[in-house]
Amino acid sequence: MRIGRWVLTRALGGIFVLWAVATLIFFAMRAIPGDPAEAILGGPGSQASDEAITQVRSEYGLDRPLYEQYLLSLGRLATGDLGTSYALKADVAGLVGELFLSTLILTVLSLLVAWAFALALALWATRGGRIGRMIGSGMEIIAAAVPHFWLASIFIVIFSTALGWLPPISTPGPLGLVLPVLTLAIPLAGFLGQVMRESLTDALESPFVLSARARGESETGVRWRHAIRHAALPAISLSGWAFGSLISGAVVVETVFARPGLGRSLLNAVLIRDVPMVTGVALISALAFVLVTIATDAIDRVADPRLRSA
Amino acid sequence: MTATIDTQTAQPGALSHAGTRVGARPTVGEVLAVTALLLLVVAAIAPWLLTPFDPLAISPREAFQVPSFTHWFGTDESGRDVFARMIYGTRPSLIIGVAATAIGLVLALILGMLAGLGPRPVDYAVTRVGEVLFALPGLLLALIFITITGPGVVTSTIAVGIATAPGYARIIRSQLRAVRDAPFIEAATVLGRSRFTILRRHTLPNAIAPVFVLATLGVGQAIVWAASLSYLGLGAEPPAAEWGAMLNAGRTYISTAWWLTVFPGLFIVLAAAASTALGRSLQARTRQVQS
Repeated sequence: MRIGRWVLTRALGGIFVLWAVATLIFFAMRAIPGDPAEAILGGPGSQASDEAITQVRSEYGLDRPLYEQYLLSLGRLATGDLGTSYALKADVAGLVGELFLSTLILTVLSLLVAWAFALALALWATRGGRIGRMIGSGMEIIAAAVPHFWLASIFIVIFSTALGWLPPISTPGPLGLVLPVLTLAIPLAGFLGQVMRESLTDALESPFVLSARARGESETGVRWRHAIRHAALPAISLSGWAFGSLISGAVVVETVFARPGLGRSLLNAVLIRDVPMVTGVALISALAFVLVTIATDAIDRVADPRLRSA
Repeated sequence: MTATIDTQTAQPGALSHAGTRVGARPTVGEVLAVTALLLLVVAAIAPWLLTPFDPLAISPREAFQVPSFTHWFGTDESGRDVFARMIYGTRPSLIIGVAATAIGLVLALILGMLAGLGPRPVDYAVTRVGEVLFALPGLLLALIFITITGPGVVTSTIAVGIATAPGYARIIRSQLRAVRDAPFIEAATVLGRSRFTILRRHTLPNAIAPVFVLATLGVGQAIVWAASLSYLGLGAEPPAAEWGAMLNAGRTYISTAWWLTVFPGLFIVLAAAASTALGRSLQARTRQVQS
């Protein structure tokens, strides 16, 4: 019963977020200076004739009152029709689906790699005493301060130009993923590592760890069986946020490595005012964010029994 | 909650963490961070003290020189000294970072105070709006804002502020809520202080102090964000010696002149890491109310 209610509340909340995102994008894109009909015909450079503009206006319903256009677009979105991209003249749902898969592979791999780095660093730093803590926190702060585009450039200089090991442009194979994934993962590992190390330190000083030690549990056993669960909790909760920031990062990383994906298309779509494309990308990233947040909350409830009664 | 009030925790600011070390000796990390920040401030105020070269003086015959004793970080495509450009670029880069953080915090304070102190319906509405903004990638908000207003230093600074506001607002709200339920507020109410006095004397000072720590942490990230926008060609434009714009200009020559990319990025990392380190140690030293 309680689980059913929880799922229902979360689902309604998610639908509200999607509606609000669609509304925000609709009006924000209208606020961009210039004629939308001209953007559909290929931007100011296209020198479209007056007849063509009039025709496009009536075809896309741009001559109707704004509230009518808004309701029409909402109605279309509600039925799952994302419309046709102005620039690519193709179905946005299909385009976005394909791009999302590419970005999803990139972001999920980066999240996993970041988790692995952060956990390794936290485990190592809490073992090394004061010096270990200092080096650990220094590495986290520096990693978190590195801009994606700069890290990408450094990787290209070292691994592509100097050593020639990896391609500077993201090729379809797994080799082409290495540099983009590392570029996204390292700064994120810095953020996650800070959180994980703090909660691991707290957990290692708490009474249940003392009692586990008193029972004769080995140091490794204490860490892996007891403390790590506590260290992971705040970092799991952060994963929703991390996913959102990875999509922001993907805009930069996909641009630098010329890799097709949501981020790069978003940048282009906003610049040429391709409203259906921007809406599609915004909706799918919001949907992904909502789903990841719900998933992390669910994982939290599984990993932390205290939350279940609340 | 029981009605008894512990005198220890009933005083403002007394909810401190057991490990508080307000007056403790500075650690190595803190000394390094403060030194780096002081150097950056000197570079921002009086760049001519740190380098003899003019950041805008073009001398084509000296183009693309590798780092040497004369030109520490080499020269760029027009023969300008890269180190000098980085030093002179400190002022715009820091101003952008500080201004963007200030804009983000002011927006967040308005939203956070509405949610944290307002009646329940207002709190509900503002929290929902925050959730929506949070669900969008921050860069998307920044991109749309820049497209509406046109690219440039000012708009990209405001854009970074807007993109970071939802996160701050969330923290400020929970901070205010936590302080509102603290024992010393209860004590002030019991003593018959008016709501306004409590707000002004107790709630705000205790809730806002951590915000300044957040600001220190935020400046570093704002610099990184603003540089990213410049890199995408949406922020400061060449020949301005802003760090992100320098990196954007250097990306064309990345395979031949690595120093045009490597060194300006190092300054961004230095500034961001130093402000983060300082913010974190301030956080540890002043940790008050835990949300």
